[in-house]
Amino acid sequence: MATDVTTPVDSSERSADTVLSTAGVTLRFGGLTVLDDVNVTMRRGEILSVIGPNGAGKTSFFNSLTGVYTPQQGKITFRPRSGGEKQLLGRKPHLVNRMGLARTFQNIRLFGALTAIENVKIAAETRLKSDPVSIMLGLPRARKAERASDEKALTLLRFVGLESKLNELAGSLSYGDQRSLEIARALATDPEVLLLDEPAAGTNPTEKLELEQLIRRINAELGVSVLLIEHDMRLVMSVADRVVVLNFGKKIAEGTPSEIQRHPAVIEAYLGSGADDAAAVEEMIAELEAEHPAQDGADGAEEDQ
Amino acid sequence: MSTQTSSARSEAAARLRKVNWYQQPMVKRLFGMLVLALVVNAMTGEQGSSSDLFLSLKDGFPSTRMWIILAIAIAIWATREFAAEPVKSGSRSVRDLVTQAPAVVTVRERLQRDKWTRWGVLALVVVLALVIPGQLTGYWQTVLVDQIAIFVLLAIGLNVVIGWAGLLDLGFFAFFAVGAYSAAYWTGSLPVEPPIELNNFLVIPVAMVTCLIAGVLLGAPTLRLRGDYLAIVTLGFHEIVYIVAKNADNFTGGPQGVPQIPPFKAFGYEFPVDPMPYWYLLVALVVIIVFAFSRLEHSRVGRAWTAIREDEVAAAANGVDTIRFKLLAFAIGASSSGVAGVVYASKVGYFNPENFAILNSILVLAYVLFGGMGSIPGVLVGTAFLVWLPEILRDKVPPSDRYMYLGALLVVMMIFRPQGLWPSKRRQRELKQAEEGIGDADAMSEPAGGRI
Amino acid sequence: MSLHEFWDFLVLGVVLGSIYAVIAIGYTLVYGVLQLINFAHSEVFMLGAYGGVLALTAVEPGSNPSALGSVAYVALGIGAGAALGALTAFGLERAAYRPLRRHGAPRLIFLITAIGASFFLFNLAGKLFGRDPTSVPEMYDNNTVATVFGAQLKTTQVLLLASAVVMMVGLDLIVHRTKLGAGIRAVSQDAEVASLMGVDIDKVVSRTFVIGGLLGGAAGFLYGNFVSQVKFDMGFIPGITAFAAAVVGGIGNIRGAMLGGLMLGIVETLTVPLFGDEWRNVGAFVVLILVLMFRPTGILGERVGRTA
Repeated sequence: MATDVTTPVDSSERSADTVLSTAGVTLRFGGLTVLDDVNVTMRRGEILSVIGPNGAGKTSFFNSLTGVYTPQQGKITFRPRSGGEKQLLGRKPHLVNRMGLARTFQNIRLFGALTAIENVKIAAETRLKSDPVSIMLGLPRARKAERASDEKALTLLRFVGLESKLNELAGSLSYGDQRSLEIARALATDPEVLLLDEPAAGTNPTEKLELEQLIRRINAELGVSVLLIEHDMRLVMSVADRVVVLNFGKKIAEGTPSEIQRHPAVIEAYLGSGADDAAAVEEMIAELEAEHPAQDGADGAEEDQ
Repeated sequence: MSTQTSSARSEAAARLRKVNWYQQPMVKRLFGMLVLALVVNAMTGEQGSSSDLFLSLKDGFPSTRMWIILAIAIAIWATREFAAEPVKSGSRSVRDLVTQAPAVVTVRERLQRDKWTRWGVLALVVVLALVIPGQLTGYWQTVLVDQIAIFVLLAIGLNVVIGWAGLLDLGFFAFFAVGAYSAAYWTGSLPVEPPIELNNFLVIPVAMVTCLIAGVLLGAPTLRLRGDYLAIVTLGFHEIVYIVAKNADNFTGGPQGVPQIPPFKAFGYEFPVDPMPYWYLLVALVVIIVFAFSRLEHSRVGRAWTAIREDEVAAAANGVDTIRFKLLAFAIGASSSGVAGVVYASKVGYFNPENFAILNSILVLAYVLFGGMGSIPGVLVGTAFLVWLPEILRDKVPPSDRYMYLGALLVVMMIFRPQGLWPSKRRQRELKQAEEGIGDADAMSEPAGGRI
Repeated sequence: MSLHEFWDFLVLGVVLGSIYAVIAIGYTLVYGVLQLINFAHSEVFMLGAYGGVLALTAVEPGSNPSALGSVAYVALGIGAGAALGALTAFGLERAAYRPLRRHGAPRLIFLITAIGASFFLFNLAGKLFGRDPTSVPEMYDNNTVATVFGAQLKTTQVLLLASAVVMMVGLDLIVHRTKLGAGIRAVSQDAEVASLMGVDIDKVVSRTFVIGGLLGGAAGFLYGNFVSQVKFDMGFIPGITAFAAAVVGGIGNIRGAMLGGLMLGIVETLTVPLFGDEWRNVGAFVVLILVLMFRPTGILGERVGRTA
């Protein structure tokens, strides 16, 4: 399967404002094809959401982008602001991160025994220069780096609204706060693209609204492109600029939220795949239907906050 | 579905639900205590003989000692089963009396809050360490230098590897051997001539670099793999170093060892046979290393190690180069072990391959864990105590039995107090969280992104 | 080394390798269910050897036993070795590893416990049975049974090879044909899911240790018979060699452990004529390091449940 050749590459994928694009990404575990010829293009500065039923390959897609998995075929191209093109396929996770892609995890993965600020500092410090020898000798440059990371961590914790919980252990924070802390930690690595893996899972309605605003602010104030995996349709429809739908490892649709909601293949996917998970599908349909009329009023509702 | 099968099913369920008398937790615990008592009886019996295998068994089973130990075991079991509450509350109130006493609380709070108090205490400890040994007998001075100080130095180094980076290095003592042989080589005591003969002080950095390189060469391929392979590879490395030391006669002097390594010399002053100058040198080294390492612990490096220990995947996803940091810890440990080797070789003046047997690596490991991995004061105190203890019990417990007790101590510590006697706060929290199923407390998982 | 010598050494290597293979199975089984290098397995092996010798000493075989008597003695030795090995392994799991599993202890703690237990057990054996070697009573006349390519096959070698083959075939059957085997495979794949499907993990782990202990103990006695002595620290080197064999074959993979054991036995034995007896233990480690560098999943590949 020479996917590079068979894949039609449209002109928009070549455009200069693309920040991240995948071409023909195919990932297999043994005989199981988890991702099948996935082509996704992300524009600089947009909020792109990846949705799909359970097991559609969303998280595998994230893991492929961030170097946790190495797909057997395809290309993942990242275009940093500084110019040029970088291939991400097969690169180690920490190198992918250093290029400018940061991520959070579906099941929050914090360093529980460290304080909130230490969590953020760990990420911030991967961008700072200070070698072990100068740390052991207590040289000025090591102290300077320490101060810089303190400041940066503080700024980011303020940004996500955790400034009052700097010295609390990450493991003892509330679920919503852990979520925010994980996002702050990811932001501390100065990403150009932030990948959020189901950030709204397990949050209550108030937290969901706060999250929505946080994502918008990350996008608007920090100029970070956001790639969002989410099950919560309301959040996706209100926050995403564009939506990509995966099903059984294949991209079945792509477009604006309102286009996606009307897309027959998407409705089919959610209905068809749910035989084993009927309740989730019903909920999904209910959400899709409920959000349909509310879509236009979403922005207005946001401003009331 | 006939009623017959359903009744058969409910019978089967009843059978499953029924707990036989011997399956009750209480009985199981009694049984466990009795087995433990028999093991303790075997441990404390006569030394056996290779020509009469049954000697020790016949002597100890049965014996008055066995009955006493069994009685104690049953008494402990009974107390635990039937009088647990009074004992627990009693011990709690005694503990509270000590730890919550107003004086203790104030002192502890001052120590935690006030930086200058801490510095004062540290200075006091160092002054005492410099003054007291001068008053001891020659025997204890030698023990202090040859054993305690050297092992403290080693334990601080191993603490970096195991306590901070969460890596199990079982070949740690091999780097000590590399340091000792470096000292012998560069001072011209080996059968092979060095290009230039160096002063012992100059050998220290040379040995450090040698061990650093050896550590990197060994660690670089292994640390990419699952963490527990490191344990077996380092064990293998130790064995290879030991075999080479023993068999490469033309280079290492073989099993006869290395005679006459010159002592330290500086500015025309030659260190005498008296152990005290070495004591001052070792105290200085320990102080320097403790300072440098504790800076490291509270810097980005220490934080990165903690991150790797807790969740390697998350650490890598946030840009931490996990392999580099593990390698750094491994190399730092190796080089500090090398430094200890140089000082040891120069102090004793003679050593042979048997001084570097594998059990030494296990000894240092036991010291670090006993004190509390990750905690510098814990490691200092734990090592000093465990090296001192067999010396003081020399006449009461056969020396060859001490390794048996150390092994038992390791197991008991890991089950009941894995954080050690004087635990590091971070470590304690991690172990507690791991117990609750959050995160990890070691660097044993596969490096993130290695393979699919 | 002449061709004749080569065959001699090769036979020795295969015999030694078959013992390593049997020990390696113990490591690989435990690694499968607990993801733990059970360092104390070498002590299971050592105590198995003592178990066999103790049983034989108790019945005192005469200087010239009859053919039937020889068979009975050998069976007694192997049986007693296997029994003590299984008992040790079972006790170890109960006393040391099970409490750790209850705490959800990190793997580092498991490993250190394993090392502590190993250290404890071999020093305890040193205490109970003395620290000098004890010779294994003679159970039969070690005659030449057959000649293969000019290499002489002695009774001991045939006995070892045959017992090892029987044990390996038996184990393969247990793992692939029985319910317990299915349980072991399920726990190795994914303990959490296995427990949700109704597999009693404690029971499977415990029985895995017993099986490993039976094999390790029997192998210990056979090895003691092979080198004609037992000693309190005899487990260490065969133990790590066998672990290396398990890794070389692919940890968690039982057939891999057999292949790896055979390979390392041959490598070790051939090191002797090529480099000298004192280097024999280096060979296995060099092979281990090379395999880990170039094929870290082992020759036949790992079979351990993938952790995400």
